[in-house]
Amino acid sequence: MRGRDATVVMTSPQGVGARLGFRLVGVEIRVEGLVMTYGDVRAVDDVSFTVAPGEFFGLLGPNGAGKTTTLEMIEGLRKPQSGSVRIDDHEPWRREPALQRRMGVQLQSSSFFERLTAREQLDTFGALYGVAAGRTDEMLEQVGLVDKAGVRTEDLSGGQKQRLSIACALIHDPEVVFLDEPTAALDPQARRNLWDVLRTINASGRTVVLTTHHMDEAEVLCDRVAIMDAGRILELDTPAALVRGLDAPVRISLAPGTLSVDDARAIAGGDPVTADDQGTTITTREPSRVLTALAQRDALDGLSVKGASLEDVFLELTGREYRA
Amino acid sequence: MKPFTSLARAMLKGFFRDKMAFFFAVIFPLMFLVLFGGIFTDQGASRTDVIQVGSVPVLDEAPKEVKAYLDESLDITRSSDEKDAVQKVRKGDADAVISQDGDRLVVRYSQADQVKAATVQGTFQSIVQSVNLAQTGEAPRFTLTTDRVEDDSLKSIQYYTPGLMGWAIASGATFGAATNLVVWRRNGLLRRLRLAPIPTRSVVLARVAVSIAIAIVQAAIFLGVGIGLFGLRLTGSWPMIIPLLVCGTLAFMAIGLLAGAVAKSEEAAVGIANFVVLPMAFLSGSFFPLDGAPGYVTAISKVLPLKHLNDGMLDTMVRGEGPSSAIVPMLVLLGFAVVVTAIASRLFRWDD
Repeated sequence: MRGRDATVVMTSPQGVGARLGFRLVGVEIRVEGLVMTYGDVRAVDDVSFTVAPGEFFGLLGPNGAGKTTTLEMIEGLRKPQSGSVRIDDHEPWRREPALQRRMGVQLQSSSFFERLTAREQLDTFGALYGVAAGRTDEMLEQVGLVDKAGVRTEDLSGGQKQRLSIACALIHDPEVVFLDEPTAALDPQARRNLWDVLRTINASGRTVVLTTHHMDEAEVLCDRVAIMDAGRILELDTPAALVRGLDAPVRISLAPGTLSVDDARAIAGGDPVTADDQGTTITTREPSRVLTALAQRDALDGLSVKGASLEDVFLELTGREYRA
Repeated sequence: MKPFTSLARAMLKGFFRDKMAFFFAVIFPLMFLVLFGGIFTDQGASRTDVIQVGSVPVLDEAPKEVKAYLDESLDITRSSDEKDAVQKVRKGDADAVISQDGDRLVVRYSQADQVKAATVQGTFQSIVQSVNLAQTGEAPRFTLTTDRVEDDSLKSIQYYTPGLMGWAIASGATFGAATNLVVWRRNGLLRRLRLAPIPTRSVVLARVAVSIAIAIVQAAIFLGVGIGLFGLRLTGSWPMIIPLLVCGTLAFMAIGLLAGAVAKSEEAAVGIANFVVLPMAFLSGSFFPLDGAPGYVTAISKVLPLKHLNDGMLDTMVRGEGPSSAIVPMLVLLGFAVVVTAIASRLFRWDD
């Protein structure tokens, strides 16, 4: 979690960037009553939300929840069947060049010209937005691809391609950036590396909207998240508030041999206790009472405490059964 | 750099770095030119192979002027084994067996090769007539002078270069447009470009410019190899091939766009393009002349754009026709481009 009070972001029209003293560039996005149907399927069903300038906003949901379709309507790739999207009072589906110059979009990590090097991709996208050639070096630096500048995109790793496609989205210094599952199919190192890039983008005051189905990612990056399923928004709040709202019990695990199961039951009171060769686990809604009692018995070695995560919120909302 | 130039540069680099695309657009058709140029170099000069059995006074004691004709058209070997000689004709090792029985000249030939059979009969018919005439001692009253209508230089290379060049340009433009459309739709670049602040027409125009540039490179290489290696000789209005290949590129790009709009994968796009272009090349006389083809083939060929491209290039490059002979083919190609593009744009999708 970032040490930032997300409610301030929501209420302040200046956004975080301005509050922290950065230049204000982010735009405001207002989505109202968005609907998109494909045949009988309501892919997006009455979706409304507002993204404040400078906010990092996440659209979260399982595959087929309608995240990408929603994002495509916000970007202007699809005209909403009903409802409206406004980015600073422009309707994106009209594809006004003036608005498009303020938007950075990353669609798929493979959206490159064939057989061009990383540098040539950036030069080409730069030319489409009319930016000076010097930006290419800046962007290569920012996403850490300086030593890959002469490598063709086909020969880059998945993480490098993702970073390059984000660099292509940022080449014209946009005020708002849209990212569709930017970390899909990346290994843990590459994901964390990309998170740093995304944080830097947002820290300079840009509005960022991303879709993801990684809960940890949303929890780490986003000021607010909208959890979507079956075309609807189920919850919309800061990750912390969503987790608190779940009122889920905390799991306190003890290493094997630190405490007998009977002692653990005594400490737990009525709370459930499970024991196996991995250790003993107490599941409780009163962690402070249990932890204090454990400390008095000097049983804190090898102890771990796990609270609920956004993933628990997500599973609570969307159900646990597997959907192919 | 403007969006148009940067897009065109990106596409050109992509093409020239794709070794397979370059091979099939340039080297592969060129291989056919080298092959055909080598096979058909001295076509028409071949003499008739004749086996003479026993004494044939008609040939042996022919008058001087007939003798000259004999040397020019016949390659005579002598044999005493008649059975063996006939067997050779049957197997195609020789064209005819010749013997004389009194005043009768006997020619035995094989009907397996009908062209040869006709040549053999015609040749000996005229030998017998000439000898008969010489016997009368009178000077011939009528003489025959032949003159072919084409330029003296019209060797086979003159025919194959325009046809194979037409095929190369047609496949280059079709495959380029088809695969470009499918690849960009599948990798999302088409949608990405749609969100860039550039008009759609700059993307289309860049692709058109690149295809035309590739066609000009193909033509330059073809003409270079044709002239340098095989003695190709261009006639006066050959520069008209440039506007012709521009129109041809537009027509075949339209076919490529249609293939790309219908196809779901790159493989399917290549398959559809092949399915259209290869039979069309045969039916348009790219590989061999259609002079002997049945009427329905010629009728089909008239509605094929490649036939018109080939005709236009033949007329201006090697037949010595004036620049105006390119106008009708150009109009047909442009009309074709307009109609097929209209169909393709109706089937066009930005994403899968």
